Amino acid sequence: MIARARSRLFAHLWLILGLIVVAFPIYYVFVASTHSLQTILRPPLPLLPGDQFLANYSEALFGGVGRIGGVGVGTLLLNSTIVALGIAIGKIIISLMSAYAIVFFRFPLRMVFFWIIFITLMLPVEVRILPTYKVMVDLNLIDTYAGLIVPLIASATATLLFRQFFMTIPNELLEAARIDGAGPWRFFKDILLPLSATNIAALFVILFIYGWTQYLWPLLMTNSNSMNTIVIALRKMISFADADTEWHLVMVTCILAIAPPILVVVLMQRWFVKGLVESEK
Amino acid sequence: MNRATFPHKFLPYLLLLPQLAITVVFFYWPAGQALRQSLLREDAFGLKTQFVGLSNFKRVLADPAYVNSITVTVVFSIATAFISMAVALLLAVQAEKVIRGKTFYRTLLIWPYAVAPAIAGMLWLFLFNPSFGTLAYPLRLMGLNWDPLLNGPQAMTMIIMAASWKQISYNFIFFVAGLQAIPRTLIEAAAIDGATARKRFWTIVFPLLAPTSFFLLVVNTVYALFDTFGIIHAVTGGGPGKTTETLVYKVYNDGFVNLILGDSAAQSVILMVIVIALTAIQFRYIERRVHYG
Amino acid sequence: MATISLKDVRKDYGRNPVIHGISLDVANREFIVIVGPSGCGKSTLLRMVAGLEEITSGTIEIDERVVNQLEPRERDIAMVFQNYALYPHMTVFENMAYGLKIAGKNRTEIAERVSSAANMLELGPYLTRKPRALSGGQRQRVAMGRALVRDPAAFLFDEPLSNLDAKLRVQMRLEIKALQREVGTTSLYVTHDQVEAMTLADRLVVMNGGRAEQIDTPMNVYLKPASVFVASFIGSPAMNIIEARVAAESRGVVVAGRTIDLDHLRLHLPAVGAPVLFGIRPEHIAVSETEKVDLLLTVSAVETLGADALAHCYFEGGKKGRDFVVRLPGTRTVRVGEHLPVVLDRAATHLFDPESKKRLN
Repeated sequence: MIARARSRLFAHLWLILGLIVVAFPIYYVFVASTHSLQTILRPPLPLLPGDQFLANYSEALFGGVGRIGGVGVGTLLLNSTIVALGIAIGKIIISLMSAYAIVFFRFPLRMVFFWIIFITLMLPVEVRILPTYKVMVDLNLIDTYAGLIVPLIASATATLLFRQFFMTIPNELLEAARIDGAGPWRFFKDILLPLSATNIAALFVILFIYGWTQYLWPLLMTNSNSMNTIVIALRKMISFADADTEWHLVMVTCILAIAPPILVVVLMQRWFVKGLVESEK
Repeated sequence: MNRATFPHKFLPYLLLLPQLAITVVFFYWPAGQALRQSLLREDAFGLKTQFVGLSNFKRVLADPAYVNSITVTVVFSIATAFISMAVALLLAVQAEKVIRGKTFYRTLLIWPYAVAPAIAGMLWLFLFNPSFGTLAYPLRLMGLNWDPLLNGPQAMTMIIMAASWKQISYNFIFFVAGLQAIPRTLIEAAAIDGATARKRFWTIVFPLLAPTSFFLLVVNTVYALFDTFGIIHAVTGGGPGKTTETLVYKVYNDGFVNLILGDSAAQSVILMVIVIALTAIQFRYIERRVHYG
Repeated sequence: MATISLKDVRKDYGRNPVIHGISLDVANREFIVIVGPSGCGKSTLLRMVAGLEEITSGTIEIDERVVNQLEPRERDIAMVFQNYALYPHMTVFENMAYGLKIAGKNRTEIAERVSSAANMLELGPYLTRKPRALSGGQRQRVAMGRALVRDPAAFLFDEPLSNLDAKLRVQMRLEIKALQREVGTTSLYVTHDQVEAMTLADRLVVMNGGRAEQIDTPMNVYLKPASVFVASFIGSPAMNIIEARVAAESRGVVVAGRTIDLDHLRLHLPAVGAPVLFGIRPEHIAVSETEKVDLLLTVSAVETLGADALAHCYFEGGKKGRDFVVRLPGTRTVRVGEHLPVVLDRAATHLFDPESKKRLN
């Protein structure tokens, strides 16, 4: 028993060390966001938050018109929220639809369509980057929400996840519903959707984060600063060579850029872990 | 057992239409274009194009810059996958041992998953910024000439750290799930057989985690190949020199910055082959897992 | 309330026929049980009536209306499934009400019908529970209730009791029978359990290999099985069926060297010397108390069941492997190796054609 208690003590030590490595950078950015620019530029930075919290955050949120290419942090957060929600919700809807078609109907070319969707797994943006960009230009989708969202909502992963879940629904449930008089729409709405609720919640967390953390795609799709997501805008704010970078505001923006997805992960932790583990099966 | 279905002629096509439309317009058509362009050569003004067969590929593969970026990618991927998996495994094993504070540790350890790679890069650059980074400061005090913006190996070290840091959460979650799937009776049996804790880990736990580890290896490789674009773009921009220019970064750079269409397309196609190979490996593995329960 | 009529109904999966033309007329209020071994096509037949499987050829009428092309919901039927198929996210009330809701019934009518069905099935206290909070028997009742509230033309049951334990099965069997009597709804019931089949049915359909071997009342099926298959499938332990030859002058048959005279069957016997299959149930064999002995048996094993005992025997001078079962009163003790002289109940003998396996008498 003594050995076990000691091994637990060591486990705690390791975990605390791990926590420091994992959480420290985020904590430290938060600390930096509460100090003045002068304090930040004079290392080492104190380990505890300073007294500039209100000043920095209100300046970034309300006073900082013209800070990031003339666009306030509010707009950037709104853009990121629209893109993340659009991608998450859009992806869930079209994946539910196609998985429903593939699992609960029999029709010519069914497997062909399944493979067409499946193979998109092997075509990430990076391998078709220039031609996709050209398509977006031709369709006038640069600097639009549609351009930021629509191309990212087709994915095999979500479709495969729903397909896998739908296949576990017992045949008799569908047959009972048919005998009760339910057609495809009622079965979907009254039975399949309520049963998929946890899967949808799990996937939502994953996809929200996926949408929020997009980088390459919004980088290509936006020219106008007012369409930037907060991640892209943050990148544009920073210039390490340039002494004019207002680091205290950068830190505030940084916190604002990582807080929403972290909040989603922490608040929906149970679904998040489930979604992550299952979507990769 | 046959799947029970609805008899309906048009509805399924209607349901599939949105996804298929997006897939064709934004996936297949551009991928086809990439394939086509990789076989063509445009003149300087974009007026004439001509079929050149595989010569784009030949040139790309013979280009020292491309060979360099392959090396960079391999070093970066291996280091990132190894570090993030090793740290995650260590933490997952410890998290299984403790009784109190389990949820607390877990909640805090999964944070970085929610951080965009580009921001992860910026966080680390902020900490290790040569002029005022708080963690660069002690390095300088120790007499190290720390400047990741000018020193190639240091830049590489920094993006590897940032990329690994971000991926620890993901690997941690999967290792915890993998550890929980190991039957306790096996470990207890080993304990009764007299195996020490260390021996139990290396002879029982670690081999049983092999499927999880292998799966994570593939996922981490894909991550290091593609998702870390943000880190590199935000932190080093492929520099200094070309010391951190990975394959994906080079495709972007040649296509959008240097505007060499044929080369960029050929690189895209090479990447496509790599992805297909990785996906195939991943699915073969999944099939195995299905068979062996 | 309705009649159901099947006319030469066939089903092929691709080129593979699974139902070879079955015709059946079900009278109003009748309880028909379709019984057979697994894979005989009984469930497929039921699902064709339900509209869950397409019909390759033939016609199915419900209430004198051809339903071949109709959706299940247009057929006015209700079905009870083997695994109950309750909607896991709905309460008992919602499960039972769902069909009525889709049919567009108003709230008060739904509430009335559900509560009256719930009363009948003693489900009143459970209406707000989800299926996972119910026992197997209760779930089974909810599934029945769901069928009941619809007040359909016909009930279709697909092995509804096979997921229950033995005791509950007997209880639910009686309840189903009582319920069907009470509401009088025409019913088709599929099972592989012959006891269930015998006890529930007004008439039985015994199926084998996609064919209806016999359609008759349970007693007739027992007393006059139409084929070797039916003879050995219905009745437990199974009927003894032995290869025999027609005796000289057609007096009877020769079994294991002994002539069993069957004068009353003379007209049904084929030519002298021809092979026949001779059948007799274990309960129609008695130990001889007199000089008259039909067969001499040797006991190879005894199963004591309490009320009676089963003696597994072989023929005198025969091979040990051939099992010939005799049902004895529980009071009679027999030992392994004992010789049993037996007499057969002439009225309960069966003759089958060895080629067609059909009944001769």
